[in-house]
Order: sequence, then structure tokens, then C-alpha cells
Amino acid sequence: MPRVLLIEDDRAVREGVALALRRQNHDVAAASTGEEGLEQLRSFRPDIVVLDLMLPGMTGLDVCRAIRAVDQALPIIMATARGDEVDIVIGLEAGADDYVVKPVTARVLDARIRAVLRRSGGVPAGEGLPKIDSYGELTVDRAGLTVRLGGEPIALAPSELRLLLTLSASPGQVFSRQQLLEAVWEHDYHGDARLVDACVKRLRTKMSEPPRAPRYIHTVRGFGYRFAAP
Amino acid sequence: MKRRRLRGLRPRLVVAFGLVAGVAAATTGALTFREARIGVLQQSQDAVIGQLRAQLNERAPELPYPPGESALQQIATDVADADASGSWRVLVTYRELRASSVPGDRFPELTPAVRAAVASSRATVFQRVDEGGRPSLVVGMSVTFGDPDGSRLASGVRVFLVVPQTTEQAYVDALVSAVERAMVPALGLAVVLALFAARGVLVPVRALRQATRRMAEGRLDTRLDVHGSDELAELSHAFNETAAALETSVAELREMEARARRFAADVSHELRTPLAAMSAVTDVLDEDAARLDSDTATAVRLISEETVKLTRLVDDLMEISRFDAGAAVLHLDEIDLAESIRRTLAARGWSDTVDTRLPPPDAARGRVDPRRLDVVVANLVGNALKHGGAPVRVRLDVHGSDGRGAVIEVRDSGPGIPDDVLPHVFERFYKSDTARSRSEGSGLGLAITAENVRIHGGTVRAANHPAGGAVFTVELPLQRDESSEEHPS
Repeated sequence: MPRVLLIEDDRAVREGVALALRRQNHDVAAASTGEEGLEQLRSFRPDIVVLDLMLPGMTGLDVCRAIRAVDQALPIIMATARGDEVDIVIGLEAGADDYVVKPVTARVLDARIRAVLRRSGGVPAGEGLPKIDSYGELTVDRAGLTVRLGGEPIALAPSELRLLLTLSASPGQVFSRQQLLEAVWEHDYHGDARLVDACVKRLRTKMSEPPRAPRYIHTVRGFGYRFAAP
Repeated sequence: MKRRRLRGLRPRLVVAFGLVAGVAAATTGALTFREARIGVLQQSQDAVIGQLRAQLNERAPELPYPPGESALQQIATDVADADASGSWRVLVTYRELRASSVPGDRFPELTPAVRAAVASSRATVFQRVDEGGRPSLVVGMSVTFGDPDGSRLASGVRVFLVVPQTTEQAYVDALVSAVERAMVPALGLAVVLALFAARGVLVPVRALRQATRRMAEGRLDTRLDVHGSDELAELSHAFNETAAALETSVAELREMEARARRFAADVSHELRTPLAAMSAVTDVLDEDAARLDSDTATAVRLISEETVKLTRLVDDLMEISRFDAGAAVLHLDEIDLAESIRRTLAARGWSDTVDTRLPPPDAARGRVDPRRLDVVVANLVGNALKHGGAPVRVRLDVHGSDGRGAVIEVRDSGPGIPDDVLPHVFERFYKSDTARSRSEGSGLGLAITAENVRIHGGTVRAANHPAGGAVFTVELPLQRDESSEEHPS
């Protein structure tokens, strides 16, 4: 039973979403402010956080950064309203794994939660591949789901890990953003490519890629991304 | 353009000034000339007549009567010699006798009228004649005898005198050429003055024209510098007042429009929070409805269904209000359009109901907003299925040798769109009649479609196919990402 921490300031939305998620067999804790949410993080120990971006006081972005400062691997789904002033990209760069556009039905939210949780495990298109791969200084353990750079482990968020696993499973192959959205986020084909770009950016930062000359994850203009062993 | 130039203010002013100056100079010249000429000729004529009288008074008493030819000759010669200039030609006649000062002189200047006048009256007769370009004064008088009783008798002796008037003519000619010569500088001066006057008018007029153009371009803060206090300055002042009033009312209108737009956006936004709560629980309602008594179940299902519709309506309203506010943003990604259309149809379960004619993979690639393209295709196909009728055909073509544009055509097999409805199909909440009324959807679908196409810089048209059915045609420009360098992300 996945443990979901819901941070949402509107009482009706909070209660409605919590009720619906419980019906979908989630163990739900709800908080009405960012501060309260961070408080519950320690006591409740959730598997995933569903975070409203528009919060009074401490914003969703601040909460997102605060969570990432202590836990790189805890999945975070932002709940946002399309076209809201808060840019999705900023939320994604602050470390969110995925986002849903409100209003969202319980079924869609549940599907998203399960997809994000799946990303922490399982290897996409990885059957028949060696369990541990080395590409230059980079070591990817497909079974233990760990990534090391120069022997040092890197803490990756679920979407970052899944993205790296997907790309590195077929070195040299170009993946379009829409393909990656389907493979990594399980969105439909017409999803928001910014999700991919923001995730690649975060991944490159964590892999200490030189800003203008990445070694592992290459941008193929007009097509997408390609993994290459240096 | 050329005709307009000729009818401009400057040429008209120049012509008017020139005409005024010309007419003034010519009139003055003519009057001066006339007066001068009359004066000059009168004076010379009086002098000549006076001189002739004096000569005759002196010589007539010595004249034998009836005079012989030699006596007449004598008189003629004496009178002619009396003039200092020596240009007098004298003719003396008595009955049939003729004597002239210059032998053989035929006196062509002497008109029958003068002869007749001299014959019939005792007054001095004179006439100016112009014989072969040489003006002369002809004077004729009869010599009379004075009786002691005071009455006068005509002696029959008639004296004619012809004096060339070349000096006077030269004098008059000089006058004329003086007037002519004065006319040229007068006209020149008039033209210069006209240009100055035109400039005085044209500079403010040109400034006014430029300011009006700037206003038309939307720069409502345009104002003119006002110099002086003439009518043009008043006009500039009036322009400034009008511009200020216009600026104020436009600002008010824009403010009102912005307020209305903000209100629509705010309303949709406020509606979204309760809808978010309601949307979250619709699944719960649907699941449990079966376990409730039938009335409650119906009510619960109704609430669930209408919540879904309301959510869509509010979503569409927000979308439209973002377009209106200019806040709609394109998130471009280079994709394969054919693949995108295939996915759109598949995601909605239309793959089997819709015929497609799509180019091979990678033939139609371009930078578009995938989500917006999905909305466009889904709305058009959904509309065709709902209002038109199967089979629905979707065609994608790339036109231009460089694949610079894509055409997406959605055609249904229904009765087509009535002609009176065609112009309105992309309007918001437009309901044509019960046949095409909204069974579901927000009534904003095609309006949002049109906005989504427009934000890509494309066009969308609705028409009826000659073979029946409605055809919606979307034309999209396709930008390609051609550089292959890494982009810094």
C-alpha cells in the first residue's frame, strides 16, 4: 500500500483527493501548508509526495527544494493548473518528477502515482543486457538501480534514474522527447516536452557534465536525445 | 501621384500668387500706359495744332485770293520749314489745285474721312494713323476769312499736315517694355512669396499629417508643437486636444477590456478549485452509484457526468481567456506530424473509424506544440464524427519542395454545413440549429482549434466538398531545426 503525502491548501480538494486515493488503496496523509507537509515528511515517511504548487506562505517550489535537499530519491508529483503563473519548468528544475494539471480525476492521479513509483524499480527495455554497465567513468547497475560516477554513487530522483536507464539501454539510438515521455513518464504522446528537457538538465548537473560539451547525454537538434559512451 | 503633386497646395499657391502678381502688374502697366500715351500724344498734338494755327494766322493774310499754285506751294513750304525738326509734310489744296512741301508726296496717310471732315467743318480736324508701322498725326484745317461783322467764311483753301510720331511711339514703346520688364521681377517675387507662404502652411500641415499617421499606427501619445496663434496653430491645438481625448477613451476601453478579460480568467480560475475537489470524487460516485437506490443513483450519476462537462467547459474557458490575454505560449518540439495524428486518433479510439492518408515516417517533420496539434486534430475529427458522419477522412500533405508547410484536411460524409452557418463555425458558443446543436463539449472546441492554429502562424478554413460533406483545412507553416549543434541545456 503506497504511502502518499498530499500537500494542498484547499480543504475540499484535500479531502476529495485524499478520499479518492484511499479508495484506490493508498495510505494517505494530508497537510494544508508546506511547513506542515515538511513536518509530516519525518513522521509519516511517505513513498511519494503530491504537492500543490500554489500554496499560501511557503510555496510549493520551496517545499520541493526543501525535500530535495534532504532526499534526492523521494518521488514528487506537482499539481499545477495549466497556464498558471508558476512555470512548470521551474517546478521541474526544482526537482519534481512529474506534474498533473488540476482538476484531475482520482483515476488519472492514481495512474501517475503508480507510474512514478514504478520508475524507482524495473528496467525498461533492459532484458538481455548485462546487469552492470560501464561507460567511461559512469557505472550503471541495472539490478541494484544505482549509478556511480568515478566510483562515487549519485543520488538520482526516480524520473532521472529511469531516463538514464532508458537512454543507456540503447547507446547511440536517438530518442525523441515524445518517445521518452511515453517510456519514462508513461504520458501520452502529446505530453509536455519540457518535462524531458528539465529532467535531462537535472541529470546532466548531477553527472557533472560540462555545460556545453556533454559526454554521455547528447542533444540531437530537432530529434531528441542520444546516449553515448565517451 | 503625379496628378496629386500638381494639385498640391504649393503649386496652387504659386499659380495663384503668380496670377495675382501678373494681373496686378499687367493692369497697372496697361493703365499707366494708357494714361501716359494719351498724355504724350495729346501734348504733341496740341503743340502741333497750336504751331500750325500760328503759322497759318501769320501767312493767311498774305495769301492772294483765289490763290495760284505757286502761292499754295509757298505756304506749304513755309509752314513745313517753320518746324524745327523738319519732319513736317504739308499739303495745301484749293479746289483742284494741290501743293505739297515735299514734291511728289502722295500723302497716303490722308484718309477720305479727314478730307470729308475738313471739307464739311471749319474746326480743326486731326487723326492718328498708322501707315506701314509708322504712326503719324494728320491735321487738317480750312483757312477762313473773317468778315468785319464777325462771321467767318471758308476760303476753300485747306491745309493738311502730317507729322511723324515716331518719337512719341518710341516713348510709348519704352513705357511698354518697362512694364514688361517690371513684370518679370514682380512675378519672380510673387513666386518666392508664394513659396514662403506655402512653406508656412505646409510645414504645420505636414507635421499634422505625420502626427495623424503616428496616431493611426496606435501611438496615441502623439502631440504637436504649437507655435503662434494663427488658424494652423489652433488646428494643431485642436488636434492635440482630440488626441488627448482619444488616448483617454482608448485607455479606458483597454482598461475595461482588460478588466473583463481578467474577470473571465479569474472566474474560471475560481471555478477550478471546487471543480478540482469534485473531479477527485467523481470516480467514487460512479463506483458507488450501483449500490444506492435508483433515484439517488440517478442524481449521483448526473452530478458525476455534469462535473466532467463543467470541468471541460472551465478548462476551455481558461484556454480561451489565455488566448485573449495573449498569455498562450507555444511549447515547440520537433515531431513527426503523421505519427502525432496517428497517436491522436489512437488515444481516442478512432483508429478504426477514421480513414487516414498520411505521408511516410519523417516526411512531415516540423516544430509544433504537440499538445496544441493534438487538440486541433481531436477537435476537428470529433466534430466531423459528431456533426458530419462516417466515413471521416484525415489527410496530411506536405507542400513546397522544402516541406515548408503542412496541410491537414478533415472531411466527413455528412450533409455539409449550411451556407449561413459556414462563416460562424469558429465562433464561440455558436449554435446553428438543433441538428448541429451541442450534444456534448463546451461550444468552444472550434474556437480553440482556430486559436491554436493561429498561434502556430497557420490558417484553418471550413468549406463544403462538392461531392458532399464538410471539409476543414488546416495549413501550418513548418519550421525545421536545422542546426545540429548541442543546445546548452
